[in-house]
Parts: sequence; structure tokens; C-alpha cells
Amino acid sequence: MSVKKVHDNQPEEFKFSTANLKKVEEILKRYPKKNKKSAVMPLLYLAQRQNDNWIPLAAMKYIANFLAMPYISVYEVATFYSMYNLAPVGKHFIQVCTTTPCLLRGADKIVKLCKENISPNENEISKKSSCSWMEVECLGACVSAPMIQVNDDYYEDLDEKSAKEILKSLINDKPLKPGSYRGRKNTAPEKISISNGEKHA
Amino acid sequence: MEKNMLKKENKIFKNLYNEFGWDIENSLKRDDWKNTKDLISKGREWIINEVKTSELRGRGGAGFSTGLKWSFAPKEVGSRPHYLVINADESEPGTCKDRDILRFEPQKLIEGCLIAGYAVNAHICYIYIRGEYLNEGRRLQNAIDQAYEKNFLGRNACGSGWDFDIHIHYGAGAYICGEETALLESIEGNKGQPRLKPPFPALVGLYGCPTIVNNVETVAVVPTILRRGGKWFASIGKSKNTGTKIFCISGNVNSPCNVEEEMGIPLKDLIDKHAGGVVGGWDNLQAVIPGGSSMPLLPKSVCDTITMDFDSLIENKSGLGTAGIVVINKDQDIVECMARIARFYKHESCGQCTPCREGSGWMWRILDRVVKRKATYSDVELLSDVTKQIEGHTICAFGEGSAWPVQGLLRHFRKEVESRCREEPLIKKKLNNPYLVDQHLLENKNA
Repeated sequence: MSVKKVHDNQPEEFKFSTANLKKVEEILKRYPKKNKKSAVMPLLYLAQRQNDNWIPLAAMKYIANFLAMPYISVYEVATFYSMYNLAPVGKHFIQVCTTTPCLLRGADKIVKLCKENISPNENEISKKSSCSWMEVECLGACVSAPMIQVNDDYYEDLDEKSAKEILKSLINDKPLKPGSYRGRKNTAPEKISISNGEKHA
Repeated sequence: MEKNMLKKENKIFKNLYNEFGWDIENSLKRDDWKNTKDLISKGREWIINEVKTSELRGRGGAGFSTGLKWSFAPKEVGSRPHYLVINADESEPGTCKDRDILRFEPQKLIEGCLIAGYAVNAHICYIYIRGEYLNEGRRLQNAIDQAYEKNFLGRNACGSGWDFDIHIHYGAGAYICGEETALLESIEGNKGQPRLKPPFPALVGLYGCPTIVNNVETVAVVPTILRRGGKWFASIGKSKNTGTKIFCISGNVNSPCNVEEEMGIPLKDLIDKHAGGVVGGWDNLQAVIPGGSSMPLLPKSVCDTITMDFDSLIENKSGLGTAGIVVINKDQDIVECMARIARFYKHESCGQCTPCREGSGWMWRILDRVVKRKATYSDVELLSDVTKQIEGHTICAFGEGSAWPVQGLLRHFRKEVESRCREEPLIKKKLNNPYLVDQHLLENKNA
């Protein structure tokens, strides 16, 4: 179970924007009328997007009212799932996969780079820029390891050099393109084998 | 040796690497949606029987017969509607096959959903995609929209007379939601904590209605099976372990990749021919996790000869699982690798059952102590004991999945583990704390 802390400074109020209210209508259509509660996860996502990538308590209360469910049930869902941020994150939110398949190929080096270049601790918004980073569990791109996720996008097949460049581009607020950084086609086998006999790729 | 390789014409996922385009026009060229209407008009019984003939086993990890699962759905729709739910919550470390199906072969999945939905009397299908696969989900939504435009979905889908709708539901980063009943809880808007079985979802599933839950790959191969015949599928691979399978080969190999191959292919062929061999050569191989992180690892001596199918891996006290192969070579610290997996399970335990919630933490802490050379010999016994206390004492099978990798480590690398242990416990007298299990973690803020 991941332990998540709710942010100290909470806004008083939260309301969906008109554009999002329209999306909510669409979302509610997907589920049976008597099971409105099912929409709690997509609605939390909407709230997170509207509020700079984190969910304030006011949004949970608002969604609870909206779906006619107890506030505690919304709180329960928001704290259970790791992708709901309960405190502000950087504009560029970097998630470094460090589970075994990525670790085997040098994810620890990327963590080190994050500590050096962004902030010494996880979930700290860097002073110079608007980045924050955290270690996460398997992101499901194991054959493209090591990899990071920045906001919605996957950066794959990294090494120290390319990871450094990506982090730099994020710090300068000019993000590089996501995708493979070894120039390969998706998850196909590569013709040229690279020698990485040393420890951790 | 070459004759052991899967022939090109027998490949089901021809666009696994997106060489030919993912959109519906290109998919149609690859025979997706070809005579779907005729297949459906042959009736439920024919479809289920053909899938039974193919001996297709679920690709999500448990390897249960798909035809049999479908036949568990009530034959007549009673007062409650039936649902089809697709499990695309691919979170098992080492596995990334469903991602490529979602990205590059979405029409195979969508067509499979329609056929499966018809076979189990479901008009509504939910595809549960893990939240991190947002871009893959968007791609799938595009593909679904394209299918609606062609009238392959919606009212009278594909002219079959069957109404069928597909909705996407995103998860939010919980590994446990890959467990089918936790997944259903999650769609219902709850914490993803597994339910007790029985009742099985086929009778009491989503919203209390009969629900069939299938993995992405399982459903995506069904249209091809029906088109080419169950016998064709059964002729590939070994008996009871038939067909093709997407293997994900990651870790210390020269060219990590996803590849579709015949079931029962030797592991060595898979690694050498498709993944460019082990880094440092085959002799540099230490161990392989054959089916995603929850399957016990295999030492090199077993890897030399093992074939990749459900039954031979079970004989070797492991399992095919999701076929996510993680190769670990001798340059790696095997205990560190497994300690990281234990940390994964500690993080991902849903917290419902005490043995898993507490035990996963115990396993991680003890293994972490071993890595830091602060463990005692008695800790190894304790570790082995903890794994047995978890196994069989949890609501869902994922609890066992957290204990198995550690058991595998102890089975094959006990000497390696013990060589890092000491006689006496390491007590820091200055701290003036009694010796606790977590003693060394007092300095570790992540504990």
C-alpha cells in the first residue's frame, strides 16, 4: 500500500469548468444509470487535469456531491490509487520506473540524475524549474527499459546520456519528443546488438 | 533448428511493431473484420466449441481454458444483463504485450470483443486499461470510433443482428486491479480490493450481473482462430499448450523485444534467436524469471532445456504467467533483484488480507537486510516461513504471487542468500532500541 499525504494548503472551493461538465455528461452515459458511482475514477482524473495535476479535498467533496456518494468513499478511492496526486506536482511530472526489469538496465542511474538535476528528494518541486520526480513501480514498457514517464508520455530505451538530455529539456521547459531514444521501431528486435556488459546496462 | 520457428503465415499479430499501420483501413487489409457476420451467424455454440477445439488458454496469467470460461456464462439472459470485461491492466513487471495490441492491433481486440460478447450474451463491454497507458487508450478509442463509423459496433453490429457497445475505463496505477474481481470493484467505483470467490464473476460479476473477464491477448486471437479453425490453432505448439503467444523478453539481453512465437518454444531459442542472446553470452546467464515477476525464477541449469509452455514450467515449479521473460545475467546481484520485486509487492499489496499486507513488508525488509549484509542465518528461515504464511492464506491469488518469487529465490539461490548472512544480529547499541525486525530501517525514511 502506498502512503499518500494530503497537501497542507487546500483551496476552499472546486467546481468543474463548463467544458469539463460536458465531458462529465459523456462519461456518465457509459455506465448504467443506477451505477453513477462508477464514474468516480474518470471524474477524479478530470478534476486532476483541471487543477494542475493534483486533486484538492474540495474536489473530492464536489465529486461526492455530484455522484451522490459519501465523501469518504471518494476519499478512499483517491487515496487508494497511486496515480491521483493529492499534492501539487511539477508542470513536468517525471515518473521513473525502477522495478526489476528497468533496474537491470540501469534505472538507478536515472534516479541519480533526477536527484542531481531536479531535486534531492522525491515529490519536491524544483526551485529553478517546475519539475518534480518520483520513483514508480512497473510502467509496463519492460522491453524498452529503462524508461520514464513525463506527464502522459513514455520516454523509452534510455541511457545516462539521453536521460540527461531529456531532463535538461524539461528543466528548460522545452520537452524533447517522447518515444525510443535508441531509434528503434517500437518493440521490434534490433539488428545491431549493443555491448553493455557492465553492471546495470 | 529453423523449423522450430513460427512460420510467418501462422503469425496472428502481423502488425505487432506497427510496420503496416494501425488504422482500420490497414487492419482490413490484414483480414480483420473479414466475414465476421458469417462467423457470428454460426451461433454461440459453434463459437464456443471452436474455441474449445483450439484449446486456447487464457493469456493473462492463470492459463484457464477460454472456451470453458465462456460456457460458464448463463445460456439465457435472465433479469440481469450480461457483461464482457477486458482486462488491459497490464502491470506485471516484465510484461508489455497488451500495450502493443492496444497500440497496433486494436481492431483484432475490438472484433474479438464483439465475437466474445455475442458468445456470452453481452451487449456491453468495458475495457479496463491501466491509467499509465493513456496514449494507448486514446489510440484504442480512435480505433473504436473508426469501428463505429463502419457500423462494426453499435446497433446491429457488423450486420450480425447483435447490439454491442464498448467503453473504456481507465485504472489509476493499482497493480491489484489486474485481479479480475478487484478490476470489477474498480469499475464499480470502489477501491480495487478482490472479492471472495465463489461466486465467480461468470455468475455474479460486475454490478452483480454475470460477467466474463478476459485478457486482451486472449480475446484478440479469437477472430483469427474462428477464421482459420480451432484445429489450425491446436496444431501449433504442444497439446494442451497450443497456439501462438507474445513473449516479452527484457532484462540483460542484447536486444530486448516483444515477439510472437509458438507455445513450447525452447527458452534458449527465444533468447538467442529473437533477443540477440544474453549480455555476455549464454554462460553468463544467472537466472530467468519466465512469466512476469510473480513466477518463481529458474536457474541456468533449467533454462538450458526448458520449453516455454504452461505445463513444462509448472513441472519446474514455476509458471508461464504472462510470458514476460526477465533475463538476469551474472553481472547482477540476484538478491538485490528479488529484493526489488519484494518491494514492488509491498507497494502494491491492496491491504485487504493481513498475511499479504504485512508479509510483503516482512519479505522486503528481510531481503533488504540480506542485500545490506545485516541479516542473520535465522532470518533466512524466517523469510521462508513468512512466504508459507502468505501462500494460501489470502483472498486472491496475487498474495501467493508475492510469495512465489521469494520461494524461488530460496529454492535455487539459498547458498547465495546465506553467504551474505552473519551469525549474530547486528544491533546498534547507541540507538538504545530493542532489536526489531526493522532495526536497520530506522535510518531509512522509506521504511
